[in-house]
Amino acid sequence: MREITLSQAVNEAIAEEMRRDRTVFLMGEDVAEAGTPFKVLSGLVEEFGTERVIDTPIAEPGFVGLAVGAAMTGARPIVDLMFGDFIYLVMDQLCNQAAKQHYMSGGKLSVPMVLRTNMGATRRSAAQHSQSLQAIVAHIPGLKVAMPSSAYEAKGLMKTAIRDNNPVVIFEDKLMYQDKAPVPEEEFLIPFGEAHIKRDGSDITLIATSSMVQVAEKAADLLSKEGIEAEVIDPRTIVPLDEAALIESVKKTSRAIVIDEGHQSYGVTSEIASRLNEKAFYHLDTPVIRMGAMDVPVPFSPALEDITVPTPDRVAETARKLCSGELIHAA
Amino acid sequence: MAKAKTNTEDYLRMYRQMMRIRTFEDNANQLYLSAKMPGLTHMYSGEEAVAVGICEALTDDDRITSTHRGHGHCVAKGANFKEMFCELLGKEEGYCRGKGGSMHIADQSHGNLGANAIVGGSMGIATGSALRAKLLGQDDVTVCFFGDGATAQGLWYEVMNMAALWTLPVIYACENNGYSEYTKTEEIAAGSITARAEAFGIEAFQVDGQDVLAVNELTQKLVARCRKGDGPFFIELMTYRYHGHHVGDINREYYRSKAEEKDWKDNRDPIIRFRSYLVSEGIATEDEIEAMNTEIEKDASEAVAYAEAAKYPDVSEVDMHIYAD
Repeated sequence: MREITLSQAVNEAIAEEMRRDRTVFLMGEDVAEAGTPFKVLSGLVEEFGTERVIDTPIAEPGFVGLAVGAAMTGARPIVDLMFGDFIYLVMDQLCNQAAKQHYMSGGKLSVPMVLRTNMGATRRSAAQHSQSLQAIVAHIPGLKVAMPSSAYEAKGLMKTAIRDNNPVVIFEDKLMYQDKAPVPEEEFLIPFGEAHIKRDGSDITLIATSSMVQVAEKAADLLSKEGIEAEVIDPRTIVPLDEAALIESVKKTSRAIVIDEGHQSYGVTSEIASRLNEKAFYHLDTPVIRMGAMDVPVPFSPALEDITVPTPDRVAETARKLCSGELIHAA
Repeated sequence: MAKAKTNTEDYLRMYRQMMRIRTFEDNANQLYLSAKMPGLTHMYSGEEAVAVGICEALTDDDRITSTHRGHGHCVAKGANFKEMFCELLGKEEGYCRGKGGSMHIADQSHGNLGANAIVGGSMGIATGSALRAKLLGQDDVTVCFFGDGATAQGLWYEVMNMAALWTLPVIYACENNGYSEYTKTEEIAAGSITARAEAFGIEAFQVDGQDVLAVNELTQKLVARCRKGDGPFFIELMTYRYHGHHVGDINREYYRSKAEEKDWKDNRDPIIRFRSYLVSEGIATEDEIEAMNTEIEKDASEAVAYAEAAKYPDVSEVDMHIYAD
């Protein structure tokens, strides 16, 4: 199968959907000729013109608000938020407006829009361009949240998001834009709420999102050499969450670590760990361990930044302790 | 009264719609005072000529976005009393199945995209609706209602910039009732409000919001120009709210005098003014108007009684409509 980058995968998904449905359009800062700072959208304006690939002023609440209104009245906007950190600027439009229209109207209005943005530290971009804010979005009923872990997921999830009749936020890890993966030439979609078992294992479950899937797979490689077989599961969407697949895996392995690049406290890792405790407690031999980013603003200095996020070594280390019984009575 | 080239039927409908809003609000206020309505509500009484003058220049395909003080917009855009009162009382047959209430009432069948409880919160939605019209080659116009208080929100300046850059068919209608919640507008608004729109190259108008024909005449012109691609526009409508910020805001002399309220009610009431115009122009007799008022009151009390007796939604609906299929 051919291999393409995550960036190409996103670009292809959007182009295919724009060809299929003329109500789909793209808007955001520097999305047209510039194709975004990461060049993810390069070439789209040449095919679809500036009417459907719209460069906006630097006014995040404004253009996200426009996307909500366009979506409520019959268009399918894809709105590009240049950095995930800017979600804080658009909270009212996203959480008070987009998320609630369907419910507040008793099901009469809907908001079929996609907000694509990014996440991920270790790019030396400091505290306001490095955050992973998926937990904040996932907290709000009415929003869906997809977190692609490779080019394959990036394409399939984007196409599903564009066809979904709800506001969907897609977080792409900005360090993965140039990562290649096999992606079929023929059309495919990835349904929301279906986790993917990336690697089979019987000793411990590593539940990981986005780029943390690669971290978990590397940790699993390390562990395998020591005779510990880790199962790696990628939920692919955290809302909706394929709880059944996660529980099923834990029933088999009796141990789990949840890895996500958002802050650990009150985060995605906490939520998934709680659900496993509530629904798989009697199958667990050890506490479910959360491994999120440290609860600190992302520091600039490489010496500091690198220790704030989970790494394969640290995941393997934690798994080793769990499997040897060392962490059973962890404080 | 400004002259508008419309026929008798249009004039009578405008009167009727203004009277329906006033009657709806009087009933809603009673529901609050008699503790029959859950929560609070914000009365539109006094501002009827704004909603009616504007909405009578629109078709069902044209969209509006409304505010927390939104019953007037909802009635003027064509909503029925029965579904509105049901919504105010949280009943299953309400426009939003009781899930929205007064501050989120929406009536998509008549192009009302909904009230919004965030001050200025719908400015993006209205402008986005206009962007959709332009993108998809549809000729409808969107009117964004908001109050003077909302002009302090930054969102307005962001969306006006885009509306002007892209010549979107949207009309920003600022209902300046002189008060930003419990504060005089002059204390929160620097400079001129129309000049703010003009700074973006948007044609701005100020109109007497108590004169339904003046409002309607101006809106008709601007709607026609929007359809031709001349939008956006801004209108500041000078008006007055008779009640407090909400129904529970009763002792309010610390920010607004009773004498001032009396002056607006006695001398500038949009319904009294239009009624005397209709009679003096021979468009309707006092008896015909009284008969219309009686019919509206009957319609309202029947709708209230219906809503009071109507069912609440089944508890199984609590987690319905979070996500669309």
